[in-house]
Amino acid sequence: MNEKKEVIFKIQNLRTWFPITKGAFKKVVGHVKAVDDVSLDVYKGETLGIVGESGCGKSTFGKTVMMLERATGGQVLFNYDGKFRDITKFNKQEMFDFRKKVQMVFQDPYSALNPQKKIYTSFEEPLKVHGMHDQSERESRMQEVLKMVNIQPDYLMRYPHEFSGGQRQRLCIARALEVMPEVLICDEPVSALDVSIQAQVLNLMKDIQKDLNLTYLFIAHDLSVVQYMSDRIVVMYLGKIVEVADSRALYDEPLHPYTKALLSAIPVPDIHNTKKRQVLEGEVPSPIHKPSGCAFHNRCPHCMEICKQQDPALAVQNAENGHMVACHLYAEQQKKLQEAQAAQTGQTA
Amino acid sequence: MGKNFDSKEIILNVENLNTTFVSDQKKIRIVKNVSFQLKRGKALAVVGESGCGKSVTMNSIMRFLGRNAIIKADSIQYNALRDGKVTEYHIEKIDKPHGPEMRALRGPEMSMVFQDPMSSLNPVYKVGDQVAEGLLQHNKGMTKAQAREKVLEMFRKLGIPDPEERIDCYPHQFSGGMKQRVVIAIAMICNPELIICDEPTTALDVTIQAQIMELLKDMQVKDGKSIILITHNMGLVAEMADEVCVMYMGRVVEFGSLEDVFDHTSHPYTQALLRSVPVLGLADGQKLETIPGATPNPADLKGGCEFADRCPFAEDKCRAKDIPMFELSPGHRVRCLKYSSFPLAEGEPAAAEVK
Repeated sequence: MNEKKEVIFKIQNLRTWFPITKGAFKKVVGHVKAVDDVSLDVYKGETLGIVGESGCGKSTFGKTVMMLERATGGQVLFNYDGKFRDITKFNKQEMFDFRKKVQMVFQDPYSALNPQKKIYTSFEEPLKVHGMHDQSERESRMQEVLKMVNIQPDYLMRYPHEFSGGQRQRLCIARALEVMPEVLICDEPVSALDVSIQAQVLNLMKDIQKDLNLTYLFIAHDLSVVQYMSDRIVVMYLGKIVEVADSRALYDEPLHPYTKALLSAIPVPDIHNTKKRQVLEGEVPSPIHKPSGCAFHNRCPHCMEICKQQDPALAVQNAENGHMVACHLYAEQQKKLQEAQAAQTGQTA
Repeated sequence: MGKNFDSKEIILNVENLNTTFVSDQKKIRIVKNVSFQLKRGKALAVVGESGCGKSVTMNSIMRFLGRNAIIKADSIQYNALRDGKVTEYHIEKIDKPHGPEMRALRGPEMSMVFQDPMSSLNPVYKVGDQVAEGLLQHNKGMTKAQAREKVLEMFRKLGIPDPEERIDCYPHQFSGGMKQRVVIAIAMICNPELIICDEPTTALDVTIQAQIMELLKDMQVKDGKSIILITHNMGLVAEMADEVCVMYMGRVVEFGSLEDVFDHTSHPYTQALLRSVPVLGLADGQKLETIPGATPNPADLKGGCEFADRCPFAEDKCRAKDIPMFELSPGHRVRCLKYSSFPLAEGEPAAAEVK
């Protein structure tokens, strides 16, 4: 089923390491491996959710995909009408054009809008920068995007403080949409909002996606929000992807012990829910001193000897829906699957 | 305000609490006629969006508010039970919020856990000393060594690993979850009966939230503590609470047992709140319901039901005057005219006249 879908981002072995320096000469003594060897395909028109606890590298991943953070290694290939080009090697001008295609919505709508400028000024800037020189054209575009997010066009002359949190986040989304991007990277877009406002913004984002055929990279720590928004979900732990699955499959049949624990940790607003909660012990280890082998082994209830020595690779577990998991528990099954696939391709060749 | 309850059973009784803030010569009512009772050994959840007055209510009870706050109440009664003997404290009659009477209550009787563990600890003192401070203040004659023993004991109980080493660490050496455990240790060290937790896990990850909640539940079930949990997370309410108090713009709009509020949800606001939260395992294509509009500014509220402008059932009479509480079933009270055929809740008619 994946063949039908067009890939928009092909991320291969992406690494974002931050150096830790010491002493007067800034000698590099180690690295914080915020994103470590992440490979992923993003399909056109889908919402790809990225979840994980704080410090797992999900935000850094989002920023690296946009090249707001330099990648230490690996490639990010973007689909330019069928041709893939590596954006990590773009020069300034190419980068500038690329930014029109990929836009970002940030977590805190209070600090994302300049408090001293009218919405009009904040909204005009991206259009000016990207070469829309006619003022009336700019104005009509601004009004168009405001209509999309259900904000009255005459509010353009107001200042950010005159808006509520939900309205501000809608303004941020509108500003991102101005340059007609193909991809929107949303970094915790609703976590600063009240529950009743969250639903408004989430529904709005879904509607806009349908209308404009946008691709979303939806980064959040709240698994229930991500599950509501996403078609596919990536679970990250300490800079690595531990599981990728369709959002339904992830909920019905989580494979990785970490995903299971994450799902069971979420309190359910249903008093007849009798599911026994599985409480994870300990905390996320520091990304500077990552545990050897599988990074999750010291909190894992199924930890085996091999987990302490060898880092499991992300492999396909279910060929039908593309469910991938990185865990030694499933190594045998995955091996069989790979062998079967290899045999199949051998036959056809 | 007749004394119609058993002070052995009820630990905290609040009647018609009003908190008004004075700012720019304007008076803004933030908490309006809040009444509730907390049963001993039970957990009460106070839910609502930000700005609904849930934290101000609790801070009014603890008398933590600044000079610009005017607190008026018919009764804020705390009943301590020690060795089978009940001692009543009338907090509303205490004049000085920082005087000895209030200080004697805070710590040994009732204490509070705050939202942000990062900012509720002093960064320049060792955590052990911060926890011991309350002990030394409230037990004259206790030596530092004795206090240290007690702190170690508390750390062990709260599951802080290597307490002997960690007791001499500074807050920045702790992770968020561990810091919150230290804050809970500060609240627990004088062995209070009532613990008020103001969004204790909002700043924490879900897996850590699960650990902290397990800890609080343990304290309630094993040690018989009474807990007030302030939160906006309906999932936590379902897991933790025995009784639920839903607040909107300074008023209690629904109060009842967990079953009342979740299975017989009655107030339109509670109904909308429960339906607008994304739940795991929603069917594909199922849409979240939204509450139209935003919470109003408490300074420009007109009379009548505060929720009327966002309510799908609102009628003209909703905006006419303040809405009283109706009692749908024993203990289940709702502030909505949809239920005007039910009897008025106790003590309500007089309160409803207040403008």
